[in-house]
Amino acid sequence: MSRRKLSRRQFVAATALSSAALIAAPYVRGAHAAGKLTMGFWDHWVPGSNKASTDLVNEWAAKEKVEVSIDYIPSQGNKNLLTIAAEAQAKSGHDILAMPSWWPHANSELLEPVNDIMQTLLQQNGNVNSAVQYLGQLDGKWLGVPTCVGSQIKGPCSRIDLMKKYANIDVQEMYPAGAAPKADNWTMDTFLKAAEACHKGGFPFGIGLGETTDNVDTAGAIFQSFGANLVDAKGNLTVKTDAVRQALDFYKKLIAFLPPDVSAWDDASNNKWLVSGRGAMIMNPPSAWAVAKRDAPQVAEQCWTHGFPKGPKGRFAPFLPYFWTTWSFSKNKEAAKSLLVYLSQSAAVEKMVNASGGYDLPAFEKQTTFKVWAEEGPPKGTLFHYPDPYKQQTLSIAASPAPPKVAQQIYAQATLTKMCLRYYQGEAMEKTLAWAEGECEGFMRS
Amino acid sequence: MVDVAFQPNRVAGAKSARKRSSLKTALKRKSTAAFLMTLPLILLITILVLYPAIYSLHLATLNKSMQRFIGLGNFEFLFKRDTFWLVVKQSCIFAITAVVFKALIGFIVAHFVHNIPAKGQRKWRGMLLVPWVIPPAMSTLAWLWLFDPSYSAFNYTLSFFGIGPIPWTGDANWARFSVILVNIWYGAPFFMIMYLASLKSVPDQLYEAAAIDGANWWQRIWYVTLPMMRNIIAITTLFSLIVTFANFDIVRILTAGGPLDHTHIFATWAFRIGIEGSDIPLGASVSLFMVPILAVAAIFILRDVNKRGNEA
Repeated sequence: MSRRKLSRRQFVAATALSSAALIAAPYVRGAHAAGKLTMGFWDHWVPGSNKASTDLVNEWAAKEKVEVSIDYIPSQGNKNLLTIAAEAQAKSGHDILAMPSWWPHANSELLEPVNDIMQTLLQQNGNVNSAVQYLGQLDGKWLGVPTCVGSQIKGPCSRIDLMKKYANIDVQEMYPAGAAPKADNWTMDTFLKAAEACHKGGFPFGIGLGETTDNVDTAGAIFQSFGANLVDAKGNLTVKTDAVRQALDFYKKLIAFLPPDVSAWDDASNNKWLVSGRGAMIMNPPSAWAVAKRDAPQVAEQCWTHGFPKGPKGRFAPFLPYFWTTWSFSKNKEAAKSLLVYLSQSAAVEKMVNASGGYDLPAFEKQTTFKVWAEEGPPKGTLFHYPDPYKQQTLSIAASPAPPKVAQQIYAQATLTKMCLRYYQGEAMEKTLAWAEGECEGFMRS
Repeated sequence: MVDVAFQPNRVAGAKSARKRSSLKTALKRKSTAAFLMTLPLILLITILVLYPAIYSLHLATLNKSMQRFIGLGNFEFLFKRDTFWLVVKQSCIFAITAVVFKALIGFIVAHFVHNIPAKGQRKWRGMLLVPWVIPPAMSTLAWLWLFDPSYSAFNYTLSFFGIGPIPWTGDANWARFSVILVNIWYGAPFFMIMYLASLKSVPDQLYEAAAIDGANWWQRIWYVTLPMMRNIIAITTLFSLIVTFANFDIVRILTAGGPLDHTHIFATWAFRIGIEGSDIPLGASVSLFMVPILAVAAIFILRDVNKRGNEA
């Protein structure tokens, strides 16, 4: 076989020619000229919600000539948390990844700041609620863009008939559809009396004391309404305070009126409690109501979502946001930011909220008055007060205002519900406080 | 294994030819062939077992933000935590109780099955293996329904007899009982099948000789069956102990470690700390804590098995 020999001069000339040709060639804008973008979105439990997100992403991709691929990652079995941990370790993964509540802070060193787009979005859509400000920022750096998909308030969902019959409370009158709440008397004392009355009537409130998020979120809001924090914003231990003692005393009284098995409840238990018709109230986003609408319509017709009772230090409600984040090692940060801005426009957000049947809650002020919450039913207006349209609650997350990396430990270890259970089961108050203080000291390791 | 070339008498000429021939010889050695054939598995184990194991060791030496080497600092921290010692205690209770009962039930059932006439034995063996064949994540979901705090099928049944309701997963002791029970249910068939295989290999002549000597039922078990099954019992127990200590799915699904951390074992607590609490180095340290203890146990048990093997 003959082989032509390439001289050094020929090689240099050929390289120079081909380089010149590449540089001088006209820029051809192909179908995916702006590159590729991969997304890991939360896998929504409401049928059709993922499709709404996909359609919006495809609209943007067609306009921007970007090749997109979306993975919908479920939170069942903490698959999403495992994906976040794996991508953080591998320093490789999706360009945009949905992270729940604490995870932007947990990965703050690896996230691309999004201050540039957040400034624009805040101007357009109004301010974000206090929970999102706490969870989404670190030293003035925005770690992600809050998304409505999966974000929720876990407020009370009451049975209209049972609350009227046993507690003499008309929840529809207290939180009328289409109008401001008249909830001045809806306090922790009233709540406790209602819990007692419904317990006596055979329909106890379904508030769990297990170690999963629904249980912890309710405890967090109740503790905060008493001003009870285990660790303050500066990282000081504040366990042994009167506020914490008051909150524990309140919980001890409340637990006596709850179902006897609440210490074993998980996030599904309260939903089942409402749907089965056994309870007069649970603390949950409207997912339980949505399931009841399908499986027990007679129960759904009597459900009304409303605000939290007010404590001595205010009215607090748990807000669990999701953030869309971009890794600092992402290969297409600019395209990712462009898509995030597109998906945060009110028109896009409204499409996603509508697709979720009102379950998803935007964090931006101007996006909490979409029609869907007023129109959803039965009964019509049942979700009107779900997004807290009159801003009468302080939206927060359990264990805040502790530094987020400490608070995440308090939250994940369910220290609040464990304290309540220990005290209720007969442990001395000071012993419970000493135990919690020891736990919190451990959580402060860096 | 005899480690010789297939063609050892080949005559070498020039130096290069000798080199080539020695390569050929090496390739033709049985040990080389064996190594090459196991190479894919060695690579697989290196990638999927060895690398993660070394990586988790590395993780366990880092601080919470994984930016600083702190040596054994994580273990030092753990040793000061009450919850950690609670988890150690519970892991031991969980693993030892479950393995003892699995071995006991496996042994008894294996004898029953062994005594069933050969014709119907296969059916029974198949049926008894069902719990072990179903993926535990799935079967535990069924148990979760049976133990559900508000809608327990067990409690529903017991209510007809005026018993209960029992807080299967709501009370610390009942919750421990429940997770151990499910683990026994899942693992006993493995013991049963191993013991059955072992029983079948005990020569009948030994029993005949024992019967002639006037040995009763208990003496036959104690002096014939058990000594003949010693090795299989040791290996099965060791294997099961390691697997039970590392259990995750049953506890995670049934109780998630609650109530008040009273059912947490190493894997579930490591997951709680590492993944849910975003403290991966501490989670890695928790999961690695048992490695030296189990390794020492493994060395002793396997050494004993070897010794007995040689005696035989």
